[in-house]
Amino acid sequence: MDIAEYLARHERKPLLRFITCGSVDDGKSTLIGRLLYESKQLYDDQLARLERDSARHGTQGEAIDYALLLDGLAAEREQGITIDVAYRFFGTDRRQFIVADCPGHEQYTRNMATGASTADVAVVLVDARKGLLTQTRRHSYIVALLGIREVVLAVNKMDLVGYDQARFDAIVADYRELAATLGIARVQAIPLSGLIGDNVITRSTATPWYAGPPLLEHLETLPLQEDDAAAPLRMPVQWVCRPHADFRGYAGLIASGRVQIGDELVSLPSGRHARVASIAVGDTQRESAQAGESALIALVHEIDVSRGDVLASAAAPCAIADQFAVQLLWLDDAPLMPGRRYLLQAAARTVTAQVTAIKHKVDVNTQEHLAATRLLLNEVAVCNLSLDQDIAFAPYAENRALGAFILIDRSSNATVAMGRIEFALRRASNVHWQALDVGKQARAAIKGQVPRCLWFTGLSGSGKSTIANLVEKRLLATGHHTYLLDGDNVRHGLNRDLGFSAEDRVENIRRVAEVARLMVDAGLIVIVSFISPFRDERRMARERFADGEFIEVFVDTPLEVCEQRDVKGLYAKARAGLIPNFTGIDSPYERPEHAELVLDTTAASPDQLAIGVVEAVLR
Amino acid sequence: MPLTHLDRLEAESLHILREVAAEFARPVMLYSIGKDSSVLLHLLRKAFHPAPPPIPLLHVDTGWKFRDMYALRDSVPARYGVELRVHINPDGLRDGVGPFTHGSAEHTRIMKTEGLKQALEGGGFDAAIGGARRDEEASRAKERVFSFRSSAHRWDPKRQRPEPWNLYNTRIAPGESVRVFPLSNWTELDIWLYILRERIPVVPLYFAAERPVVERDGTLILVDDDRLPLHPRETPQLRRIRFRTLGCYPLSGAIESAADSLEAVIAEMLVARQSERQGRLIDGDAGASMEQKKQEGYF
Repeated sequence: MDIAEYLARHERKPLLRFITCGSVDDGKSTLIGRLLYESKQLYDDQLARLERDSARHGTQGEAIDYALLLDGLAAEREQGITIDVAYRFFGTDRRQFIVADCPGHEQYTRNMATGASTADVAVVLVDARKGLLTQTRRHSYIVALLGIREVVLAVNKMDLVGYDQARFDAIVADYRELAATLGIARVQAIPLSGLIGDNVITRSTATPWYAGPPLLEHLETLPLQEDDAAAPLRMPVQWVCRPHADFRGYAGLIASGRVQIGDELVSLPSGRHARVASIAVGDTQRESAQAGESALIALVHEIDVSRGDVLASAAAPCAIADQFAVQLLWLDDAPLMPGRRYLLQAAARTVTAQVTAIKHKVDVNTQEHLAATRLLLNEVAVCNLSLDQDIAFAPYAENRALGAFILIDRSSNATVAMGRIEFALRRASNVHWQALDVGKQARAAIKGQVPRCLWFTGLSGSGKSTIANLVEKRLLATGHHTYLLDGDNVRHGLNRDLGFSAEDRVENIRRVAEVARLMVDAGLIVIVSFISPFRDERRMARERFADGEFIEVFVDTPLEVCEQRDVKGLYAKARAGLIPNFTGIDSPYERPEHAELVLDTTAASPDQLAIGVVEAVLR
Repeated sequence: MPLTHLDRLEAESLHILREVAAEFARPVMLYSIGKDSSVLLHLLRKAFHPAPPPIPLLHVDTGWKFRDMYALRDSVPARYGVELRVHINPDGLRDGVGPFTHGSAEHTRIMKTEGLKQALEGGGFDAAIGGARRDEEASRAKERVFSFRSSAHRWDPKRQRPEPWNLYNTRIAPGESVRVFPLSNWTELDIWLYILRERIPVVPLYFAAERPVVERDGTLILVDDDRLPLHPRETPQLRRIRFRTLGCYPLSGAIESAADSLEAVIAEMLVARQSERQGRLIDGDAGASMEQKKQEGYF
């Protein structure tokens, strides 16, 4: 084997981190054991030891108990359960993998959450005989809470239900419903048997009705989330390097964006500006550095920067605040007490914080909102949090490193909660923006978002407004500033003087596009929901926006389906000749040729489609 | 350009090392002279460059390391501009504790575990950085990056602190400490690939050469000095051997190998059928042996 060639290939291999989760006895450890065994990742002495351990502690009779590969603690072997996360490492020709095998018991949820917090993908196991259990729902909730967007639903133990397709389909339907309510974007369902090996590495002959990939192939090929190098620079300062009087450098892991020599940065929360004089990664001097690298940045002139501050692009700084709406997962045996003071650690900063109000806790089984005055171990709640000083932040949905935090008990030093910042409750008032020109970027930055125009086009009754409404709800729920311009609403006010002739349709669109442009300039995410049947007018709208700002969303519902739905009874009237110039009947609809998004409403629910749109907007 | 797998591992380790320097009053890095320690030391220098590493090294010596290991160790302070402290358990030294007279388990307990506790308490260290990796052994696969120790140095695997994202809780009470593992997510292969990429110096015993060995219970033991008691009718033979892992020489098994360069070592590893700790004689002593030793304070 040519080592140089191997190294070059290995170097380029991307890394995927995933977890296995789900209820106790759904076969998580066995599945990973099978993956490692069949992808030839076990050494002979490890196998020999596994055989020895299986005979002593095994739960599989004469056969090898793969769970013992992962349940490495004495207490786990004795009790036959998983207590804490086990990390295993393996690689194929295409990817490197780190898998975290998470415990299924409710009492160890905090360990599951630890494993899930660094994962790109969650493999949720379900026992084909049992279907969705409370822990399936709890783990899925935490997966969604942590922002994992890619789920593999592994319907395990298919051998015990005779590889019954109907059983599989029923579980998948149940899970898709759950995923949609939780906002999980993508679900790949795979029927498998970890014990026998069906659809783990190779396609099983026992499931001829399943056309998808086996588990390993799916993990090797699913799209990876790239580092956000296109986003504005964010680097929490970990440590200040002062080897001698002439040099002062700021060390940190770049959370997003790129930095180049000469870039103008702002240190937050102080708001002081300075240009980048030099950049180093390790002992190598560099022209630039990017998200994911641990860098050392020196500035042209000295400003006060210390551990916990965030260096950000001066053109697009992040927001600062001291009051937040957050989601919390409580991790401690002692309950959360509102009003009690805890330490909050976010990126490299530690401040004092108190929960001022528990807005509601969430029943993870039903997603029902419940009133609460305290929060117990493993409970999830939406809370208001008040800090004793400002911090630079970003909503978790936009930037994990700047939106994630833990709470620490000040007397026991225990990590009592993990949480995500949704949005700031009120802007801190003592912000001194240094000669920052008020423009689109500044207006958007204070809202912590990238302004966009989402232009929904499609036939009457195609589902534009339904989806547009869901999109706005989701954006608002994650702290975004939005406005929805709907065809019907605008025609009752701004465009009351316009009819439905071709000329009036053009003017209608021109005015709406102009309003949308002003709103984007104000930093908003504007959602336009208009039939907008003509290509030229849609192009005219598009040309009013900067590159990448305008997202055309074609709601592609066939005329027959729209007519069948006929929510407002308009098609019936048009067919009866009561409405002239009705799009699709006696006025043409020109299908978009280059829409950024095409939504097929006959193949997915409005909820699922809305999730996809939101993702595209925030990308 | 997208970052490579090794770039990411390096960035994560540098972040961890900087957190230690920023958050602890008296951190120390455990230096065992092996390949993982060599990588750790290289990362330590990178993390704080151009300043000298603000964290001293501590070698808990047993008096039974290979001669090549001592040679590399003694070159480190000058090469890396870092302070190196050496501690050897004075009680064990006085009582002449060694693997041949006291057995491997007792030797390890007194010279390594007890010696480590003495050194950590003597130095008043609140954080000790080690080179352990999660791919080494089943109980290590479960350990946090920042792993809490009670004032008696005990690890409680059933009550580990949650450690979400890369937010490491570094708060401890006086007398308590934290063991930190910046190489948690590295594998043996990653270590070697990084040594190759960065040209990091390692002990020559990792590379094959003709060396005098005796075979005992199927394990090849290097005759590194005249303290190895030879059984009657036992004569050292010259064999082409190398080590995948290094500890006390009487407790480290060699493998027959022709791999005399980094590239050859990596090539050999890609087809290996035995794990690296297979040559560690102390691991086989009892069932959940590593976990037990760790609970008692072993690294």
